Amino acid sequence: MHWRKPWAAWLYLAPALLIVLAYLVYPTVATFYYSFLDAHSEHFVGLTNYRWVFTSRAMHIAFRNNLLWIVVFTSATVGLGLVLAVMADRVRYESVVKSAIFLPMAISFVGAGVIWLFMYAYRPANAPQIGVLNAIWVGIFHNHPVGWLTTRSVNNFALIAVGVWIWTGFNMVILSAAYKNIPRELLEAARVDGANEWKVFWKIVLPLMKPTLAVVVTTMIINVLKVFDIVYVMTNGNYGTEVLANRMYKEMFHYYNFGRASAIAVVLLLAIIPVMLVNNRRFREQEAL
Amino acid sequence: MSRYRKALAVLSILLILSMVLVACGQKTVTVTVPVERTVEVTVPVERTVEVTVPVTVQPHKGTITVMGVWGGDERVAFQDAVAPFTKESGIGVAFEGTRDLSAVLTTRVQAGNPPDIAILPNPGLLYELAQGGHLIPLDSFMDVDKVKKDYGQSWVDLASYNGHLYGIFYKVAIKSLVWYDPKAFKAKGYEVPKTWDEMMALSDKIVADGGTPWCIGLESGAASGWPGTDWIEDIMLRTAGPQVYDKWVRHEISWTDPAVKNAWEIFGKIALNDKYVWGGTQGELNTNFGDAPRPLFDNPPGCYMHRQASFITGFFPKGLKPGEDYDFFVLPPIEQKWGTPALIAGDVIVMLNDTPEVRQFVKYLASAKPQEIWAAKGGFISANKEVSLDVYPDALTRKMAKAITDAKIARFDGSDMMPPAVGAGAFWTGILDYVGGTDLDTVLQDIEAAAKDAYKK
Repeated sequence: MHWRKPWAAWLYLAPALLIVLAYLVYPTVATFYYSFLDAHSEHFVGLTNYRWVFTSRAMHIAFRNNLLWIVVFTSATVGLGLVLAVMADRVRYESVVKSAIFLPMAISFVGAGVIWLFMYAYRPANAPQIGVLNAIWVGIFHNHPVGWLTTRSVNNFALIAVGVWIWTGFNMVILSAAYKNIPRELLEAARVDGANEWKVFWKIVLPLMKPTLAVVVTTMIINVLKVFDIVYVMTNGNYGTEVLANRMYKEMFHYYNFGRASAIAVVLLLAIIPVMLVNNRRFREQEAL
Repeated sequence: MSRYRKALAVLSILLILSMVLVACGQKTVTVTVPVERTVEVTVPVERTVEVTVPVTVQPHKGTITVMGVWGGDERVAFQDAVAPFTKESGIGVAFEGTRDLSAVLTTRVQAGNPPDIAILPNPGLLYELAQGGHLIPLDSFMDVDKVKKDYGQSWVDLASYNGHLYGIFYKVAIKSLVWYDPKAFKAKGYEVPKTWDEMMALSDKIVADGGTPWCIGLESGAASGWPGTDWIEDIMLRTAGPQVYDKWVRHEISWTDPAVKNAWEIFGKIALNDKYVWGGTQGELNTNFGDAPRPLFDNPPGCYMHRQASFITGFFPKGLKPGEDYDFFVLPPIEQKWGTPALIAGDVIVMLNDTPEVRQFVKYLASAKPQEIWAAKGGFISANKEVSLDVYPDALTRKMAKAITDAKIARFDGSDMMPPAVGAGAFWTGILDYVGGTDLDTVLQDIEAAAKDAYKK
């Protein structure tokens, strides 16, 4: 496009650029700077904070949990989203089904956390169970009630389940749009040639949906690296469920250690950047199509 | 533009203006309507803020913002306690309650928009804020000698930092109490134990009779684990004595020291024993501290004893008669030479903005009146000696108030005195990990690692 007065474009962009500069660029640089200072941001301490981030036991647990979230959450939401997208296409009341599955996205993460706190609620064996899960576990399967959020072998998965419940609908909607973009003739031709549904799915549908899948996967990974609300509301990182974002929050607001909090923030940022670059590239490829 | 359009435009602009002002944190919005009449509208800013409207015809002289952790009944009691102040002076008091006080307060302080007054649940936070220069020293306008006379030297010392007085203790509690239902005890022929060994023998007896002796509840949102720290502190005082206790709180001895480990193991003998505690270890982790004493009053009793601070009476089911339906005995001694020390705690009022109205309010809060009003409702003990014992609603509360002033050895709650990364962090999660099954040495090493960093900063 040819602008007669190119500076006019800059004028229009200026307010947005200023806001980005003030609220994004400056805080990022400042955080980077604070990560090399001590708790009260008074003395220079070099890489001490980063050494703590990578060597302390509490942080190891947080890293492990974030990795668990990345693997389990992403595969569950994308996998489920894909399956639901394909199946919803063949069902009669497709829009109703899709709306129902998408509904949890409308709830704030904190709200979802509170809802599921009640779902997972634990009461001792001789008391009436008010949590849905324990009510089923005790009432129908006649087991002892389980502290879903306090038992280390299941609590991380319990939290991830909440995240999956919220985000699957989002993935399903995007993947459904991509699925509908596949020309029906291709699938018909394959079926005529004798391929069964499974083969059609794996050999035709999936390869054609690869770009969208890549975008969805990277978006989910970016999301899950930032997970905070669910963990904060439901367990506050206790019982081995700590995640990086929650730890950063605690260091900043409860322990008043600004140096460490900034170091965690920088590490998170560096972890997200490559994923974001991949996402951007894929997105641009998609646009070009 | 037609007249209608003009009016609509003016009204829309006024609406947007008032919304912007509300969003910018103004608690009072003055809207000037074209008919030249000034209407003052007080709008609630956040969900949790309530504005106390003055009931007299005193001109409204502004509002003081107070931030604290109280909610429910505690918050209502506080608002009743400050109502006379508003009535006499015309200054409103807006209370904002949040269980995550550290986070909310830090944000406001860092943003340069602190509440006028904050009610801190522990002095550790007071020292942290004073060190950061965010608190107004009270000795700049208050008569410290009068405060010393009314409260005693130790309460003044606890609220001081670097030689200046920064806070007034408003609501205090004694923590070393074991609550029980005297009727349940009588029905089973149990007697109040006088030593720790007797208490453990009583627990065994209750188990043998088919009951569960203890109720413990550790859950408390972002603060989960704090009730367990009280157990450890009480046991430390009774096994290691006050001097070692002080060293422990100042981190002059390590968390892995045998004296500390011993205290945890004694706590574990009760807390880790699924037969001793209602709901077992999972029950402890999942039961909120306020709900924990309820099984005491079930029929048949879900448990017989509950170790908790004096303020727990505010959480008991309504309609119970103190002395008849519930009573307490002080946590028995373990080593005879240390007797029964009193573990005490309190909420301290600090000042963050210096204005004449806030100064007036602080002086009011330090006086006997607001303390007497809440004391009469129960679940509140005052550290102010001017408050006569008669205002307390029952003999039981008087007994508690007296236990505070009479204690031969008294120490402030240790976790409240430690730096927040330990006292409101590693110590709390340590309790949860220990009760959850993590081995004790790992737990103590983790707390020690956090302490090493927290104390030196």
